[in-house]
Amino acid sequence: MKIHIPTPLRGYTSGLETVSIPGETVDSVFQQLTITYPELKPHLFTPEGKLRSFVNVYLNDDDIRYLEGKQETAVKDTDELTIIPSIAGGMNL
Amino acid sequence: MLRIEYADYEALRAHGEETYPNECCGVLLGKNIAGEGDSAAAINHVRQIVRAGNTRTDSAHNRYNIAPQELVKIQRQARGLGLDIVGFYHSHPDHPAQWSTTDFAEAHWLGCSYIITSIEQGKAATTNSFLLTGTGEDDKKFEDEPIQIDIPANLAAAEAHNQKGSA
Repeated sequence: MKIHIPTPLRGYTSGLETVSIPGETVDSVFQQLTITYPELKPHLFTPEGKLRSFVNVYLNDDDIRYLEGKQETAVKDTDELTIIPSIAGGMNL
Repeated sequence: MLRIEYADYEALRAHGEETYPNECCGVLLGKNIAGEGDSAAAINHVRQIVRAGNTRTDSAHNRYNIAPQELVKIQRQARGLGLDIVGFYHSHPDHPAQWSTTDFAEAHWLGCSYIITSIEQGKAATTNSFLLTGTGEDDKKFEDEPIQIDIPANLAAAEAHNQKGSA
């Protein structure tokens, strides 16, 4: 399936905006992604293996955190994953 | 360095005036043109700006957040245009155009430009850009970034004419 990589992480995917990774579930696709591109791993996951809080992952138009199966959700080859770090801020009080 | 068309620069400042006294936010689409050798010399060349909604309706006067769902759509839009997300902008109502500790803590797009415009009593005042540099969360930092504003030749000529006329 296709995985879309955000601008700041493309330095770890040889500059690619979109990579194709096989897998049966979101989790297995992510495992394969970080095997193929090992430098991505610390940017996506904590040392304990949890997805970093500021990293959002969308399966097509759905946030995987809210999918019933979460990272165990089954995927098809035609599905697309988008990795998108959060954007927020604001001034000091 | 950040490079942006005059019309886009004015549009993002106007956005901050429209949402005053709340913060505005949006996304900069364009291309990152690598500098030679030193990455700090790279240029984020903005080709289009996209307004985004501020989901922090609980505290919109001093916080902003772009819904990830909206970001996914904007990234898709960028891809369709052959562009990338190269930065973001937001406003600081009645507050300096300097990044805050919240801005820094919530900044995760390394290599991207973060534009901040101070809006004083409803009018856009200073606009600054900060480049998020580093290799990860542990060593990231904001660096002051020069802004190059491209002014169309006809507009520049008209401006020069007006100044001559008023002199």
